[in-house]
Amino acid sequence: MNHKIYIQDVTLRDGMHPIQHQYKKQQIKDIAIALDKAGVDAIEISHGDGLTGGSFNYGFGAHTDWEWLEGIAEQLNHAKLTTLLIPGIGTIEDLKRARDLGVVSVRVATHSTEANISAQHIDAARNMGMDVAGFLMMAHMNDAKGLAEQAKLMENYGAHCVYVTDSAGALLMDGVRDRIKAFKDILKAETEIGIHCHHNLSLGVANTIVAMQEGANRLDASLAGMGAGAGNCPLEVLIAYLNKMNVSHHSDLFQLMDLADDVIRPLQTRPVQVDRETLSLGYSGVYSSFLLHSERAAKKYGLDTRTILNELGKRKMVGGQEDMIIDVALDLVDQTKKL
Amino acid sequence: MKKIKVAIVGSGNIGSDLMIKIAHKSSNLEMCAMVGIDENSDGLARAKRMGFATTAKGLSGLEAMPEWKDIKIIFDATSAKAHHHNWAIVEKYPDKRIIDLTPAAIGPFLIPPVNFDASHNVKNVNMVTCGGQATIPMVAAVNKVAKIHYGEIVASIASKSAGPGTRANIDEFTETTAHAIEKVGGADKGKAIIILNPAEPPVVMRDTVFTLSEQGDKKAIRESIHKMVEEVQKYVPGYSLHQEVQFDDIPEDQPVLIEGLGLRHGLKTTILLQVVGAGHYLPTYAGNLDIMTSAAMVTGDKLAEMNLTVS
Repeated sequence: MNHKIYIQDVTLRDGMHPIQHQYKKQQIKDIAIALDKAGVDAIEISHGDGLTGGSFNYGFGAHTDWEWLEGIAEQLNHAKLTTLLIPGIGTIEDLKRARDLGVVSVRVATHSTEANISAQHIDAARNMGMDVAGFLMMAHMNDAKGLAEQAKLMENYGAHCVYVTDSAGALLMDGVRDRIKAFKDILKAETEIGIHCHHNLSLGVANTIVAMQEGANRLDASLAGMGAGAGNCPLEVLIAYLNKMNVSHHSDLFQLMDLADDVIRPLQTRPVQVDRETLSLGYSGVYSSFLLHSERAAKKYGLDTRTILNELGKRKMVGGQEDMIIDVALDLVDQTKKL
Repeated sequence: MKKIKVAIVGSGNIGSDLMIKIAHKSSNLEMCAMVGIDENSDGLARAKRMGFATTAKGLSGLEAMPEWKDIKIIFDATSAKAHHHNWAIVEKYPDKRIIDLTPAAIGPFLIPPVNFDASHNVKNVNMVTCGGQATIPMVAAVNKVAKIHYGEIVASIASKSAGPGTRANIDEFTETTAHAIEKVGGADKGKAIIILNPAEPPVVMRDTVFTLSEQGDKKAIRESIHKMVEEVQKYVPGYSLHQEVQFDDIPEDQPVLIEGLGLRHGLKTTILLQVVGAGHYLPTYAGNLDIMTSAAMVTGDKLAEMNLTVS
């Protein structure tokens, strides 16, 4: 079965990370309306760590998720309003609240080996009549076969789609290819496959295209790559690429280029780019959202951000363990003292 | 001194660990019966080997057995859903009480070093969650010195230590823990986060507590925390501060937006804990198991002691 290419924008969710979840309500509204006009298929809005991610651990938002989501669905003509839910952080109650605000699609995210904590949430979302995708984060920490088995679990719980989510931007092109192939082998033909990349090794676009060529049809991207670490697959670049490949989609390249350069890039107070810190995320296989937290800890405790990131990678920290950044920093300070 | 006879319902990780603890460590409790629903479960097989009465027919199975009449305390290590059923049975017997290790929270929350005296005098007490047992003593310790607005906890546990019950009910963990941070910890607003980490070798349970309180004497807060750590160590020897307590000021002109409270400023306290298990049923990484079963056992021991003194 050939599924249509489906572009999901994550500027207003993953894009929360580089600005510490500080989008103003009006910015969210303006950008969502512009993205809808430019023809993307879905717009994801929530705290960077999903519904009710606002916390000391992940950073408090400028608004609550409910304030950000309110009044958006009514403004969209083409795009679906979607959100992110990470079991262990957000709950089914939170999802109901999002649904009441007009959210019609959700991604339920777990670490790449822990799909079975999403059963209740996927089931609940289906019962609410939502479009549901499973989102297997830190995909590089499970091999192709293992990840596909986790995807199968999510399909069994009722997911319409399952994503290979390269949260650390650590996958090489063959790594993406093998995982999508393994999904294709084991999932039902009607189940869609998605790809979510981070650009830490400069492969955000390339990995997205490889995934598409292997059969992924839901492609994540964000304006000017606005997302954690070195950002996501840049939306405007992806659309240019799809145009050159003659792949059909609904998005307008020039509108997206203008939004990326005129609206989003000026917001990037910490440049969203491949540099020594973000490259280290991909190189060490560390959750991209750890970037700003690690930079802050490095500054506070007088350390090199890369040393912290490497140590986090060595300790096999998974998404959500931002509290361990302080822990690692304090351990490193201690070690330095002993030398 | 005569011991009080107890039964455990639920032959999974938590029930099995509790059984071993009571059999070997309890001063006032006598392990009598293990109740399961799966004839072939490892927990029931182990209980048989250890010489305890067993049934695979749930608590109503035990109710029909001769051991039932002497059992005074039932530890419920099933699930929130099953607890409702188990409580309906125990409630009928005036001489029996239940210590609930599920997140059902029908009875009041009980965190031994914080509110035993205020909460024990009912027939059904709830032990919150493993993360709650590990962190709420710290929330309460800060609150003793500086009034807490907000308490947030992050519990990281090894994937291998999270059984199917925990996995199927992750929302119950976050919701129950958050409520108990408010009710027992004293925060106006609580938040709980749980992370499963599959690393090999398995990671030791880690808990981080963040509080936002009124400005207070940092030295006094630190002392209160250290004192409370010692209280918990009395029944969970592997409980410790992994780092020195960290403080940050949240200035009035840069407040944080806390859902349910609005903009707040004050003193942020960060407490990084580690819980090494006793290695009874699962290896020592499973501190989450150990802190839960230890808290339940110490509660049972105290209750038994009080009853014995009365009679």
